[in-house]
Amino acid sequence: MFKRLNVVIALLIVASLALAACAPAAPKTIKIATQSPLSGGQSLLGVDIKRGAELALEQLGGPLTEMGFTVELAPYDDQATPDVGVANAKNIVADSAILCGVGHLNSGVMIPSSEEYHTAGLAFVSPANTNPVVTTRGYAEVNRIVGRDDVQAPVAEAYARNELGASSVYIIHDKTAYGQGVAEFFRAAADENGLEVQAFEGTEETANFDAIITPLLASNPDVVFFSGIYNQAGVFFKQARDAGYEGTFMGTDGMDASDLAALAGDALTKGGGMVYTSVAGPAAAYPKAAKFASDFEAKFGSAPQPFSAQAYDSMGVCLSAIKNAAEAAGGEVPTREAVRDAIRALSYDGMTGSIAFDSIGDLPTAKYFIIKVNATSAETWGSNEIVAELDFASPGMGE
Amino acid sequence: MKTFTSNPFYKFIIFPVGQMLAFILGAGTLLSVIIILLAYIFRGSVTNLDLVERTITILPKVLIDGITIGFVYATIALGYTMVYGVLEFINFSHSEIFMVGGVVGVELLRYFDAQGSLATMNEYVVIGMAIVLGMVIAGGLAVTVERIAYKPLRGAPRLVPLISAIGMSFILQDAVRLILGLTTGEFNVILPQFGTFDEFQILTIPGIANAVQIQNKTILLIAVTVMMLVGLNFLVNGTKIGKAIRAVAQDRPTASLMGINVNLIISLTFLIGGALGGAAGVLFALKVTRLDPFVGFFPGLKAFTAAVLGGIGNLTGALLGGLVLGLLESFGASYLGIFTEGAFGAEYKDILAFAILIIILIFRPSGLLGQTVGQKA
Repeated sequence: MFKRLNVVIALLIVASLALAACAPAAPKTIKIATQSPLSGGQSLLGVDIKRGAELALEQLGGPLTEMGFTVELAPYDDQATPDVGVANAKNIVADSAILCGVGHLNSGVMIPSSEEYHTAGLAFVSPANTNPVVTTRGYAEVNRIVGRDDVQAPVAEAYARNELGASSVYIIHDKTAYGQGVAEFFRAAADENGLEVQAFEGTEETANFDAIITPLLASNPDVVFFSGIYNQAGVFFKQARDAGYEGTFMGTDGMDASDLAALAGDALTKGGGMVYTSVAGPAAAYPKAAKFASDFEAKFGSAPQPFSAQAYDSMGVCLSAIKNAAEAAGGEVPTREAVRDAIRALSYDGMTGSIAFDSIGDLPTAKYFIIKVNATSAETWGSNEIVAELDFASPGMGE
Repeated sequence: MKTFTSNPFYKFIIFPVGQMLAFILGAGTLLSVIIILLAYIFRGSVTNLDLVERTITILPKVLIDGITIGFVYATIALGYTMVYGVLEFINFSHSEIFMVGGVVGVELLRYFDAQGSLATMNEYVVIGMAIVLGMVIAGGLAVTVERIAYKPLRGAPRLVPLISAIGMSFILQDAVRLILGLTTGEFNVILPQFGTFDEFQILTIPGIANAVQIQNKTILLIAVTVMMLVGLNFLVNGTKIGKAIRAVAQDRPTASLMGINVNLIISLTFLIGGALGGAAGVLFALKVTRLDPFVGFFPGLKAFTAAVLGGIGNLTGALLGGLVLGLLESFGASYLGIFTEGAFGAEYKDILAFAILIIILIFRPSGLLGQTVGQKA
């Protein structure tokens, strides 16, 4: 019995030696990970984050290839779920070829996953996460190229008060780190400025909103602020409008997907219509993005969703930082720590604006958009117009 | 009197419909009285609005919301309770049968929409076709699941088919997700807009200033579920098949000795339960306008709760449990926020509903109507 086991072990050792001998054949491989929901209800946005990064790698990977590196994309599907995101993060940090990452879509997934990146010293650039906590922990590994909820929500609140002339608001959130986070900031701003908050409701319901709509109709607020993601909000908007609500719907950047119009139809344009704030404007908001949009459509056969351009820039940041770090390392594969520090030192001229990070990984000044929906179907989502475009300084670590 | 009560028209139409009305009126009135009393008690402590006036204004709509979702729960709960009746195990994949029925029905409507014929067809014929297709596919699927996952385990300890059911539930969810991904490439199954289902009927109740608005689709949902429940009552209590089902539920070996084909009856139970679930899925889709592969989980869980609340294994109990749970949820969600001035909102509706359920089950451990169910050896 033991004799046979010894033979097996010996064979295994020989085999592993043989494999080890093969391994150094590709010595200078660098991988860049993406993490975003590639399946499930938010995959529309998540897949285009991956595609934006993929396109950037293809178009901007040249300098690294010239230095003799093989640069590969390592896409991961976080399913918009924190535990899946963390499990993937463990796999990502275990792969020593991965030097940088692009992701996530959801702050609720980014925050726990980035604990893993932080422990491993692996830099991540986020194209979409707006929860302040993503950066206010002060991790050197976590960066983002979009604005923050603690600015986005007051921008929305000011718009409701000043431009829509609202005096009452009904706040509904989806009980996630992102949705509830924005909702809390909105409520704080409303309380401060005298906008009456009639209700503050969280719900995980995705189908039957009767129980929320009945008291809402009785209160009849000027504005309903829904802080969450389009697949939930679209159903809610449709049911509320069908039930007879006539005021204005407001939402956050989680609404920015063409499927919102597919779900809600003309509920978005009837009555008081619908506006949403965003940290990522449509392609038209960025003069340099026209080529990106046409390249994207040529490669993938559909127009890029929001955050896709940001994913392109995030990948661009990763590539430039790796290149700088590799040059500093004399053409060798740089360490994760070197890449991490190179990102913070970088000044990158991106498609969505010039990108440089402050000491906690935020943009010193980020753009915020207010967008009015004119679309009643997914095909016409591009007809939405920007009604306001604002630059705000990052609040830093907060109080 | 005796001749009248044994009249089939009374027994299979008047009695079950009257029973439903009694349940609705009983539970609805009780909850309404409690909430209005509470409104008077707490009137002084709520400052931002007149609590009593607001409570009464939205009361009719709250009742309708609760009854609507209650009928959905009841229709799904029948699937759980019938299977429990004959096999004594909880068929946790039933929530996915419900989802599959809905998805199939909506996909049929989307097919008609893509053909361009949806707008020209009679809306009630179309929705009827969707419901029938949903019932056929869901019923067939339920029977298939039983054959594959439960029948080989029939002699096994009771926990084994339960685990198998949970496994089937996951398999069905992801199978639908895969099929949708491969065929339409979309995760959300969105109902095309057609017909006049979104329009309102306005009811004026004498004495109440606010007219009550009910959407056509809500009326349709209630009407179809009531018809199905009456039909099921007739099937179980008025036909030979029903007698066989009841016999198998009471004592399977003896029923088998009496010449009843037990396997056939069990399959039939799954077929009926699945078909009811499928029809509920289509009606639910019509109401909420969007489905996805995971949409069955919560209604399924609630329906299972409703079945337990009513007394699992008892068909009337499932109906009562569904209505009570639907009403409790609707009252909790609508009034929690108003009574607490927003401190506790609709998000706590399930906690309130389940707290009340636990209290009910402490006093009636076998459910509201549970004591008549046969205690098997």
